[in-house]
Amino acid sequence: MDAINSITNAHAEAVLFYLFGGMAALSALLLVLSRNIVRTAVCLLFTLMGVAGLYFLLHAEFLAAVQLVVYAGGTLILIIFGVMLTSKSPFSKFEPKPGEVAVALTVGMVLFGALVLALHSFPFPAASPDVQGKYPLVGLGQALLGDYLIPFEIASVLLLVVMIGAAYLAKGRRHEAEDMKHTTPASKTMRQWS
Amino acid sequence: MNLISNFLAADVPTFSLQQLIQDQLGLSRGPVLTMVYGVFLCAAVFLPAVSLVAMFSIWWERKVAGHMQSRLGPNRVGPIGLLQSLADGAKLILKEDLIPTSADHFLYRLAPYLAFAPAFAVFLALPFGPSFCFEPMLNVGVFWILAMLSVEVMGVILAGWASNNKWSIYGAMREACQMVSYEIPLGISILVAVMAAGTLNMVELGHMQGGGIHTWLIYKNPFVFAAFFVFFVASLASNKRAPFDLPESESELVAGFHTEYSGLRFSFFFFAEYAAMFVVGGIQAALFLGGWNDPFGIIGYFNHHLNASYAADPGLNTAIPVLILNCVAAGIFVSKAMGIVFVQMWIRWTVPRPRIDQVLYACVKVLLPMSMILLLCGAIWQLVVPDHGGIPWVDYQPWDFVAWANVGLASLITQVVLALVGITAFSAVVGWVLYSAATGRGHKMRLTDPTDINEGTENLVKA
Repeated sequence: MDAINSITNAHAEAVLFYLFGGMAALSALLLVLSRNIVRTAVCLLFTLMGVAGLYFLLHAEFLAAVQLVVYAGGTLILIIFGVMLTSKSPFSKFEPKPGEVAVALTVGMVLFGALVLALHSFPFPAASPDVQGKYPLVGLGQALLGDYLIPFEIASVLLLVVMIGAAYLAKGRRHEAEDMKHTTPASKTMRQWS
Repeated sequence: MNLISNFLAADVPTFSLQQLIQDQLGLSRGPVLTMVYGVFLCAAVFLPAVSLVAMFSIWWERKVAGHMQSRLGPNRVGPIGLLQSLADGAKLILKEDLIPTSADHFLYRLAPYLAFAPAFAVFLALPFGPSFCFEPMLNVGVFWILAMLSVEVMGVILAGWASNNKWSIYGAMREACQMVSYEIPLGISILVAVMAAGTLNMVELGHMQGGGIHTWLIYKNPFVFAAFFVFFVASLASNKRAPFDLPESESELVAGFHTEYSGLRFSFFFFAEYAAMFVVGGIQAALFLGGWNDPFGIIGYFNHHLNASYAADPGLNTAIPVLILNCVAAGIFVSKAMGIVFVQMWIRWTVPRPRIDQVLYACVKVLLPMSMILLLCGAIWQLVVPDHGGIPWVDYQPWDFVAWANVGLASLITQVVLALVGITAFSAVVGWVLYSAATGRGHKMRLTDPTDINEGTENLVKA
């Protein structure tokens, strides 16, 4: 009983941290190594879930839920949707050339090294108590729509521009397709008949 | 005494079930015990509860379908066929677990779990009563449920993809485009209600609606009232329920995304669908229809008094009333959610299935603009109409209309009028159902009584 009582919240959090962190890291590794596109998407799902778990441990519940809604529920589904629409066979595979592997490895190692260096040299402050306040959500909302209103609005305008651009591109292509249709032999005969 | 006081408007002492039990058993509140308790609750309470809900709903769906098509539905196994789902479950477990040779074996096996696990995880945030919520401190409860419902789609898409079958892939693609587009009106209509309440915490939402039917969020302003219906339609689509069941439309796609599945893995999809139906009903109950509260505000009133008396004198004699109150509250919550599930079934067996482009048209050109307008108008309403926020019975007396009128006459009139409209509509619908049940009886008798049918054929022969 003493042994059980001596386990503190810090221990429990450490266990959960390694659980979620391990899940994120392992699935990220599988993501890189897997050659099947849909399997990499599934690995990405587990990576995102692991990171969301880490956010939960940090009491950033909102961030965790956003992570799941936006990335796991939205972006990932769109990725798979794109794969379904474009790939010719269900098991299309990446076949990277040796040169590509070398470039990717170099870039990855450089990025990893830079990150490790940055993490070691940056003095992280200890978690301030107001981070775990009663209502982080209210503060978050007020910050987004108050102090940081202009960056927030700029980001949303950017997204709007992207959306309009995508809609325009899709529409333009459809017009083209219709023009193509009008010049098919069948339509020519139709026009001759009419 | 460690009170949970996570309320925006007032510090209401409400004890979680976990605290009550640990206090009464004299256990310490270490992290290990909390985890053990959590695991125990998940394994021994939530998993059987989810399975029971799913099994009951499946039986009920078949019964509703039967009666709507002038049949009887399952009536052989157990009393009025109640054990039919159990028999089906036994059959499904005994069936061979087939995997097509050309399928992606790993993903094919993974998909049913990915579909079922989120539907189960959602239950952690559902508030069954003031103290009956697995995680009452989850400040983003509503958002968590949305996130889990959107992760559930992954399971369906992977199932369709991994089956390597054209019907399955069509089903999965339909599911993907349907879900991604309907998620937006779904989220925005939730936002309208959340904006009126000012919190995402499911337990707190329940407390806010504890003052009687006119304090329920759906009657808070006309836009929340409209958002309820937008949410209902969008939730049908996101649950792939008819008329939006295109991912598994059996007339075109054999069985859609689960064409290749059999046995236990198939039943996971089935369970996930019915659990998600209940969850969506639960969200509607908790977010719009007053959660665990009765229409008179009795539970809200007694909850505060009983919790206060427990805080003053923590003992078994004060803990038991709290537990009883919570059981009643859970009954009310479940019956509200089941009522919504019944409406979902009713619509399934009434409305024909549209085409996929019509489904997407309804989302992008009808529901999405509608929900946007509701959000905007709801925000303006919040700015313009004075209202007293807070928790009924603590911050204000919900049935003291004079004091309320002094604070905000407009909000009082709106809420009471909308509540009257809601009550009228509800009683009209219930009256309709009861009337059709009563007049449909003769028809049912003809079905059950074979002599009647013989008479009919004799007449036919004579004629």
